[in-house]
Amino acid sequence: MTAISFVLAGVGGQGTILASDVLAAVGLAAGHDVKKSEVHGMAQRGGSVTTYVRWADTVYSPLIGPGEADFMLSFEKLEALRYVDLVRPGGTVLVNNYAISPLSVSSGNDSYPLDERIKAVLGAVTEHVFLVPATALAEGLGNVRVNNVVLLGALSYFLSDVPVNAWVQALRERVPARFAELNERAFLLGRDQMSGKA
Amino acid sequence: MKRFLSGNEAVAWGAWESGVLVAAAYPGTPSTEILETLAPMPNVYAEWSPNEKVALDVAIGAAYAGSRAMAVMKHVGLNVAADSFFYAAMTGMEAGLVIVNADDPFMHSSQNEQDNRRYCKFARVPCLEPTDSQDAHDLVGVALNISEQFDTPVMLRLTTRLSHSSSVVDLEGVRPAPRTEKPTYRIDTTKYVMVPGNARRRHPIVEERLAKIREFAEIFSYNRPELRKLSLGIVSSGVAYQYAREVFPEASILRLGMTYPVPVRMIRDFAARVDRLIVIEELDPFLEEEIRLLGIPVEGKTIFPLCGELDQSIVRESAIRAGLLPASAQTPAVHPDKGELPPRPPILCPGCPHRGVLHVANKLGLVINGDIGCYTLAFLPPLGALHSCGCMGASIGVAHGVAKAGVTQRNVAVLGDSTFFHTGLPALLNVAYNHSNTITIILDNRTTAMTGHQQNPGTGRTLQNAETTPAELEPLVRALGIRRVHTVDSYDLKAVESALKNCLEVDEPAVIISRRECALMPEARKRWVPLRVNADRCNGCGLCFRVGCPAVVRSDQIDSKTGKAKARIDSQLCTGCEVCAQVCARKAILFRAQLAEEEGVE
Ligand SMILES: Cc1ncc(C[n+]2csc(CCOP(=O)(O)OP(=O)(O)O)c2C)c(N)n1
Repeated sequence: MTAISFVLAGVGGQGTILASDVLAAVGLAAGHDVKKSEVHGMAQRGGSVTTYVRWADTVYSPLIGPGEADFMLSFEKLEALRYVDLVRPGGTVLVNNYAISPLSVSSGNDSYPLDERIKAVLGAVTEHVFLVPATALAEGLGNVRVNNVVLLGALSYFLSDVPVNAWVQALRERVPARFAELNERAFLLGRDQMSGKA
Repeated sequence: MKRFLSGNEAVAWGAWESGVLVAAAYPGTPSTEILETLAPMPNVYAEWSPNEKVALDVAIGAAYAGSRAMAVMKHVGLNVAADSFFYAAMTGMEAGLVIVNADDPFMHSSQNEQDNRRYCKFARVPCLEPTDSQDAHDLVGVALNISEQFDTPVMLRLTTRLSHSSSVVDLEGVRPAPRTEKPTYRIDTTKYVMVPGNARRRHPIVEERLAKIREFAEIFSYNRPELRKLSLGIVSSGVAYQYAREVFPEASILRLGMTYPVPVRMIRDFAARVDRLIVIEELDPFLEEEIRLLGIPVEGKTIFPLCGELDQSIVRESAIRAGLLPASAQTPAVHPDKGELPPRPPILCPGCPHRGVLHVANKLGLVINGDIGCYTLAFLPPLGALHSCGCMGASIGVAHGVAKAGVTQRNVAVLGDSTFFHTGLPALLNVAYNHSNTITIILDNRTTAMTGHQQNPGTGRTLQNAETTPAELEPLVRALGIRRVHTVDSYDLKAVESALKNCLEVDEPAVIISRRECALMPEARKRWVPLRVNADRCNGCGLCFRVGCPAVVRSDQIDSKTGKAKARIDSQLCTGCEVCAQVCARKAILFRAQLAEEEGVE
C-alpha cells in the first residue's frame, strides 16, 4: 500500500491533538503501521500546535519534511500558511475558514494576512486547497469545540478506503460518552461538505 | 498486548513491568509524562522530588536498599544531579538503577543544547538509546539487567522526538510478583562510604567494570549490523537510525542500542566490510569520535549538522551535498514567498497572575533578574519585563551578585514557587547570610505551571494528588534570616507596588511572596468573568496594550481626538483578572463589581 503523511496544524485549544489521535487510531484500525509526533505543543500559552501522523507498511521517521505531506489539516488560516511547505506539490490542503489573531496582530503591531494572499500562497503549492467553514458549522451544532471533528470529517472524504465506521469508532473511544453523538454529527457534516466539491 | 504509546508512556510501562519499586523525578519537558504515566500504576512508589539531585539520591537510596529504582529528568536536570550521578557510578548499588535522561535537540523547551552521552563517558556509565517506543519500553528492563549484572547505574537516553512520538508497542502488561519479605540493608562501608581511601580502591574496579561492559557490548543484541549494499555503511543510534533507514534504504547500517561503551570489534568488522563509513547522530559527534579513536576513517559532522535536531529532509539534503546521493534524490517541495508571517510564540495566558507583578516591577525601573518558568515569557514585548534568565534557581544568586557589584539601578530576583523549592532556597539563604539588598519576588501560583501543572512541595498535594503537608513560604524565608517579608495578592497592583516601594526604601534583604493561583487551575476557571471596555471613556491611549494580555485587543473604533484605536476585550479570552482595569488611567475598563452593578440596574 502507499504511505500517507498528514500534517495537522492549529492553535492551542482547537483540538489538534485529539484529531491526530483519531487519525492515528484510524490508520491502525485500517492495518497500517502508524507513527504520530507532537511537534510543537505550547497549547496552553496560545502557541502553535502541530502534529504529524504517518501511515505506511513500515513507518521509519516520525517526522515530515518539506514536500512530504499528502494532506494538511489546518484548524486556523495563518497556521496553514506557516506550514504549507510541508505539503507535496499536488497534495491536499483542508483549512478551517477561521482566523485567530496572534498577540502582535491584536495589539496592532502586525497585520493578519488577507484571504487573497492566503489563497495565493496555498495555491502555489497545490491546486487542491479547500476552505471548510469548520468553526461556523461547529457553532451551528452548538459547540465550537467540535470544529476539529468537522475538519476530520472533510478529510475522511478523501480517504475512501477507510469505512466511515472506523472513524466513528475511533471518535467514540476518545470523547466523553455524552458528546459521542455530537461528534458523530460534526464528523458527518464535515464529510458532506466535501461531496460534490472534491 | 499491543498499545499505541509515546516514548515516555512506553518507558513508564517498561519500568512497571520490570519491577521498578521506587521512581523519582522532577518535571521537565520532554520527560515529564514518564512519571505521570507511572504514578497511577499499582504497587510502585513514584514521587516528584524538589529537584533532580534529590530525585537521583532517592533512586540511589532505593537501589542501595536492594530495590529496582529509576530517576527521570530532562538533560539539564542531570547538570543539577551530576554530583550524585558520579558517586553512584563509583559505588554501584545492590539492585538495578536506571537513569532516564531526555535530551532536547533544537531546544524545543530548554535553555541550552547538550549531548548527555558525554556524561556517560565522563562517569563510566553505560548508555542505551532506543530508536522508537518499542525500544524505549524494552530497554528499561534491559538497562536494569545490565545494571545488576555489572553493578553500575545505566542511562537510558531519550530525545524529545522519541519522548513525544508514538508508535505501536507490544507489551506483556504484567509485573513480577511483589517481594513477600523486606530485604535487609546490606552494610558494606568500603563500597558505599566514598572517603578517599575507599574511593581509591573503587576507581580501578570501575575501570575494570567498564572493560567488561565493553566486551558485553560485542554480544549485546541491541547492537546489530544490518548488512545490505556495502558501498555505504552507516553507524547510527536513537531516532537518527529512523532517518538513516528512510533516506538510505539500501545502505548497510550498524545500529547501536548501546552507545557507550561502543563495541570495538563489531565496529572494526563493519567498517572493514563497507567502502565508505559515516555516522548519522544528533548533536555531538560522540560515536564519530569513539570510532576515530580506533583509528578508523569515518565521516559525520562534516556532512550532517552539529546544532539542532535532524529529520529525514536534513539528512537527505546533507547527503546530497556530500555526494552520497544524487541531486535527483531531493524531495520536490515548493517554498512559496509568504512575506513576513506574524509569529505565534507561547505567551503569558490571559489572567496570568505573573503579568501584573512584572509590569509593576518594570514600571519602577528595576532590573529584573529572572528565572525559568512561565514568567520567563514576560521578556517578550510589549511587556518586556525580564532581563536575565539562565537556568533554574539562578535568579537570586545573579541578583545578589549584581547588588554586590553595584549598578545605578536597583534590581529584583523573580522566580516561581516550584523553582524556589528547586534551587532558589540555598541562594536566598546566601542573600540573608551575606546580606545584600536583593529583593526576591516569589511568584507563588500554587503550581508548576510551565511543564503542565505538576504539584510541588508548596501545593500540599503529591504526584498522586494525595494530601500532604504543604511547605509554607513565609515562615520558611523568615527562618533563612530574611526579616522583611511581604505577602501580597498578585492581582492587587497597588499592594504589589507598595510592597516593592517599601523594600526599595531600605538597604537590606527582602522577600515579596506574590500569591495567586494560576488562572488555568480548575478552581480559578470557575471564577472567570470577562470584563468590558466602556468605549465612551476609552481614548485609545494604549496603556492597557502594554501589559501584553491577548484578551485586550484593538477595536475598529477610532477615538476622534487621539485618532487611535480604542481597546476592546475579547470575551472568549478574558478571565476578569482586572490587571488591565487597574492599569487604565481613564477608568474605561469596567471592574467585576461595576459589571455586577450594571447588571443589577438592568
Ligand atoms: C534543571 C531543570 N529542570 C527542569 C526544568 C523544566 N522547567 C522549566 S520551568 C519549570 C518549572 C517552573 O515552575 P515555577 O517556578 O513554579 O513557575 P511557573 O511556571 O508555575 O510560573 C520547570 C520544571 C528546567 N528548565 N531545568
